[in-house]
Amino acid sequence: MFKNFLPHKILSINNKLINNLVSLMIIILLIGFVYAIFISPPDYVQGDAVRIMYVHVPSSFIALGCFALIGMASILNLIFKIKFMPLIAKSLAPIGAVFTFTSIVTGSLWGKPTWGIWWVWDARLTSMVILFCFYIAYITTWKFITNYNKALKLSTIIAILGLFNLPVIKYSVDWWNTLHQPSSITLTSAPTIHYTMLLPLLIMLLGLVVYSLVIFLMKYKSELIKLKISNKKNNK
Amino acid sequence: MLTKKVRLRIFYLTILLFILSITIFLVLKSLEDNVVYFFSPAEIYNKPNILLEKKIRVGGLVKQGSIKKKGKGINFVITDLKNEIIVSFVGITPNLFSEGKGVIAEGKLRDKKYFIANKILAKHDENYMPPEVSEALEAVK
Repeated sequence: MFKNFLPHKILSINNKLINNLVSLMIIILLIGFVYAIFISPPDYVQGDAVRIMYVHVPSSFIALGCFALIGMASILNLIFKIKFMPLIAKSLAPIGAVFTFTSIVTGSLWGKPTWGIWWVWDARLTSMVILFCFYIAYITTWKFITNYNKALKLSTIIAILGLFNLPVIKYSVDWWNTLHQPSSITLTSAPTIHYTMLLPLLIMLLGLVVYSLVIFLMKYKSELIKLKISNKKNNK
Repeated sequence: MLTKKVRLRIFYLTILLFILSITIFLVLKSLEDNVVYFFSPAEIYNKPNILLEKKIRVGGLVKQGSIKKKGKGINFVITDLKNEIIVSFVGITPNLFSEGKGVIAEGKLRDKKYFIANKILAKHDENYMPPEVSEALEAVK
């Protein structure tokens, strides 16, 4: 599985795989959408406002997951000097940034009808904004610094620093008093979401993960091609 | 398997990560009073020196049967099942504000037992279920 991410393999992956993934994604997202909007029941306190959860939770999950992968790829490159790791990290960043933004916006839309306010600066919401700042810093580093090695160094530092924010986001609702509610799905105990709501949530999560994978594959491929072109130019 | 260079890099990185995590822990620990979004009635009761002029937030559950409406004003009791604070508020409460549910009040303390709020937020918990399931659960109780 891991070998498939090696540069020469990824370039040989034809567009058929991506196209198949796109059709798969459309099917999953359609099922998820119909389930989330029409079939799943309203919540006993929140009513229909709970449906925002089906976008909000997967977005946050992917936002955190992408940065965790970026951090890990950066550390692996730092230690073992694996050439394609930075490209993986670089390709993941825009996906994570977009989902962080989606998470913040949908969270704000969810906050108004439930909490009674669009935005508060509690630990969870603030740390999520910090994550977004890290994404922006990471992406702009690659954009502004044209020297590949310099950009790589700075972006690695940003990725490692940002990594510390992840447990803070994850556990902010347990460590401190926050307006944001604690997690419903945990590894240690049974989910506190009724299965009629958990199922569409998981379907939406799967759909959006496949979507992220599609974007990642496209981006990773184009980053590899870009690198090959610039290498050729340098050799001349 | 690992070359000397790689082992050295792992060593330095581990030290760096360790020191960074301690730094961040210490920063967050010292800022704890500002990181917490609200205090529970028990925390306010146990706090030695509370500034009555400062804007703070109190959070907990709305005590059953404590909501009393008088015109535009509303009085209720925030409890954490140990200590209680009476809250007085004038204005519109959020839809989810009700007895037995989570609430956060923003405003100023008059004393340790009486709070004048200028903003009320509803805090909901991590339990999600259809109304029928909730009714069934209530019936079992």
